[in-house]
Amino acid sequence: MGLFKNASTVLRANIREYGMYIALFVIMAIFTILTDGVFMSSRNISNLLNQTGYIAVLAVGMTLVIVIRHIDLSVGFLAGFLGAIAAIAMVFWKLPVIVVIPLVLALGVVAGLITALPVAKMGIPSFVASLAGWLIYRGAILLVTESTGTIVVPNQTFNDIGNGFIPDLPVAMRIPGLHTLTLIVGLLAIIFYIVNEIRSRRTKQAYNFEVLSMDMFILKLVIISALVGYLTWVLAGYQGLSWTLVIVLVVVAVYHFITTQTVLGRHIYAVGGNPEAAELSGISVPRIILITFGSMGFLSALSGILFTARLQSATMTAGSLFELDAIAAAYVGGVSAAGGVGKVVGSLLGAVVMLSLTSGMNLMNIGIAYQYVVRGLVLALAVIFDVATRRKSK
Amino acid sequence: MTPPILEMKNITKEFPGVKALNNVSFSVQKDEIHCLVGENGAGKSTLMKVLSGVYPYGDYSGDIVFEGEVQKFRGIHDSEKAGIAIIYQELALVPEMTVYENIFLGHEIRRGALVNWNETLKRAAEMLKKVKLDINPTVKVKDLGVGKQQLVEIAKALSRDVKLLILDEPTAALNENESENLLSLIRDLKKQGVTCILISHKLKEVISIADKVTVLRDGQTICTLDADLGQVSETVLIKNMVGREIDNIYPKREHVVGEEVVLEVRNWNAYSPIVERDILKDIHFNIKKGEIIAFAGLMGSGRTELAKSLFGNPDGFRIQGEIYLKGKKVAFSSPHDAIEAGLAYVTEDRKGNGLILIQDVKQNITLANLQEIARRSIVNSNVEVNVANDYRVSLNIKTPSVEQRVSNLSGGNQQKVSLGKWLFVKPDILILDEPTRGIDVGAKFEIYTIMNRLVEQGMSIIMISSELPEVLGMSDRIYIVSSGRITGELPIGEATQEKIMSLATN
Repeated sequence: MGLFKNASTVLRANIREYGMYIALFVIMAIFTILTDGVFMSSRNISNLLNQTGYIAVLAVGMTLVIVIRHIDLSVGFLAGFLGAIAAIAMVFWKLPVIVVIPLVLALGVVAGLITALPVAKMGIPSFVASLAGWLIYRGAILLVTESTGTIVVPNQTFNDIGNGFIPDLPVAMRIPGLHTLTLIVGLLAIIFYIVNEIRSRRTKQAYNFEVLSMDMFILKLVIISALVGYLTWVLAGYQGLSWTLVIVLVVVAVYHFITTQTVLGRHIYAVGGNPEAAELSGISVPRIILITFGSMGFLSALSGILFTARLQSATMTAGSLFELDAIAAAYVGGVSAAGGVGKVVGSLLGAVVMLSLTSGMNLMNIGIAYQYVVRGLVLALAVIFDVATRRKSK
Repeated sequence: MTPPILEMKNITKEFPGVKALNNVSFSVQKDEIHCLVGENGAGKSTLMKVLSGVYPYGDYSGDIVFEGEVQKFRGIHDSEKAGIAIIYQELALVPEMTVYENIFLGHEIRRGALVNWNETLKRAAEMLKKVKLDINPTVKVKDLGVGKQQLVEIAKALSRDVKLLILDEPTAALNENESENLLSLIRDLKKQGVTCILISHKLKEVISIADKVTVLRDGQTICTLDADLGQVSETVLIKNMVGREIDNIYPKREHVVGEEVVLEVRNWNAYSPIVERDILKDIHFNIKKGEIIAFAGLMGSGRTELAKSLFGNPDGFRIQGEIYLKGKKVAFSSPHDAIEAGLAYVTEDRKGNGLILIQDVKQNITLANLQEIARRSIVNSNVEVNVANDYRVSLNIKTPSVEQRVSNLSGGNQQKVSLGKWLFVKPDILILDEPTRGIDVGAKFEIYTIMNRLVEQGMSIIMISSELPEVLGMSDRIYIVSSGRITGELPIGEATQEKIMSLATN
């Protein structure tokens, strides 16, 4: 019983941190029961994660924007517009994919910086500056697609970004019925995670810092390894890791590293926590605003690429409401509107939670009207939970 | 003997891990001015929050008896209804609203469903007369100085028929004149039947005004002293507050001021586009290695503006003038430049622009010099903990761990975190803006000792202070600032309180 008791103490002390995981687990469990297991089928989970992709990358960028007490409403139509530019570049300008993608990503950064410039240099509220962007990019999509309508992208390499899966090992080396390379990647991830945790624990001990007790530490390793392992196994049962998921995981990993380990990350959270104190500490607040919005623009471009590739075409309405989905995902994931608080991993989970609701309710044939209501309620509940536990854990 | 108007019996209030109040008893007679003193973290503010219903009934144990009845306040609204008003250090007025709107905010005078503005205006004028504030009630609160805003707050309390008025450090942000004004108003209110509880760190003020003084320490009542019986004096108060005698609250140091001028400022002028006027005019000053100079003067005389304009000018003043660092002319276009050049600025307002309250001790301490603990821009969080622990020990920061949120620390400990943060940038010149404002005697002494240690190590300190004893006790040389000009320079040997005050009001 000792183990269980310890675990519940650790859990209670970190309820905010783990609340998101528990919520996701509960939602998945409920849908799995209600759909007789269809929800957790390999095919459905694979689809779900792929659909989350273009919102998840936006949510990651939006997390940082909200952390520094700003907002960017332009990201949805910016993603749509840049997706259209990508399609046009390939179809009409006949540019190769290898040129188009960096070009579009660079345009994204530029667009983000343009939104940020009046915010950083003149103190214009970002709500207004990005609302202007929202209108402008909406018009821009219509302009570039007006004469052609929907632009179909015939390029297989590009479309694979949104629909394709990583290749498998040669037939001889495969485990029948499972995507073997995916399993290997998952296994490597688990090993990397365990080695990393052990190393970090050793360093902490070398500094004589407090660490989790051995049984808790092992429990944590086992639980997380099991989760990663299970997810890998589920994905391997369909077509394996998709390129979308690979991209999302790389983005989240990079942003997680930047926000938690680097000087830049610290500066971003300091600006969010108290801009005046940050400025007096030698941090240039305008510079942080430019970097954060630049990264948002970059991720908007990525989102546009993912979405266009997924649809295999650029449409006139691409990007509608993406910004609100991304904002909702960030808030569900525990970002605070007061600034200075929020994690990118949380926002990824927030995006997965919101998509799980859609996917689960679709499987249950629940009408779209109810779906909106339920997602609204979940958003409200998540924020209420967050505020309530924050007050307690002061 | 009449029963007391207020009696708080055996109040205990716990926060997770701390007993903020431990069996505190506190009683106030009608029509008396009762001062509440104690170090920061002694429990004064918590006690007043219990009394005013901020911590509702059931959140604490013990009884509050007000006017003979046990009260069960569920919120500030209940205590206000009973006739208790509390005025905090941070004023609770709406700056964009007019004085009369503010006075009746929350209990508007109505005619039917509408606000009766004419009656409101008339009554507001009456209230202002009561607090002897001669202003037009239609001006906006933001256009008033802090002293006048405070009087508006009191007028607001009076408009609710207050019986017990609680003032939390009311004179902390006031100059001598305004403070004197406020104290005489409190005496007047007493004659009009308003009982007053005053929390203050300024012992002279306490001695001049108090009928009774209750001393709290570590969440317990230490004693209640009666001024009529001659029990109240500075030494007695200090002894009871800290539990030990402090014979000299300014630690001695060997004066070893160097010869080298490390910083010289010439012809320094600044214009603020926000208030649209010149805020600094023809400032000249210098500081030597190992020297403490003080900028003395009244609140609002331009000392903080001077410090900020030198420290990379984050407020965007338009500046003319020259800065020489060790004889070399320099210019700072941002605080970052100033820090690089060896300056550090511990702000006056540690909560507003000094610390990041939602972050922990270690993150605050390392913020201004993250490069030092980073390799290729990646922060080494283990080294960070060690650095923070070093400062925790050397500055005696009282916190369970360096992972504690700064918002949970007391004022004195927050100030030490702020100091630690700036010491970690290893500056040559340290600017301390009101380094001991709102912190207790014990922590003050520690800060003074640290300052002495730093100048002995060759640092130069610019101290901005409104407390004359502190200026006289700590500095080697004093510049007096008044209305954006330097009106005098005194070596410590020639300085007296009277001389400084006359130059400051010049």
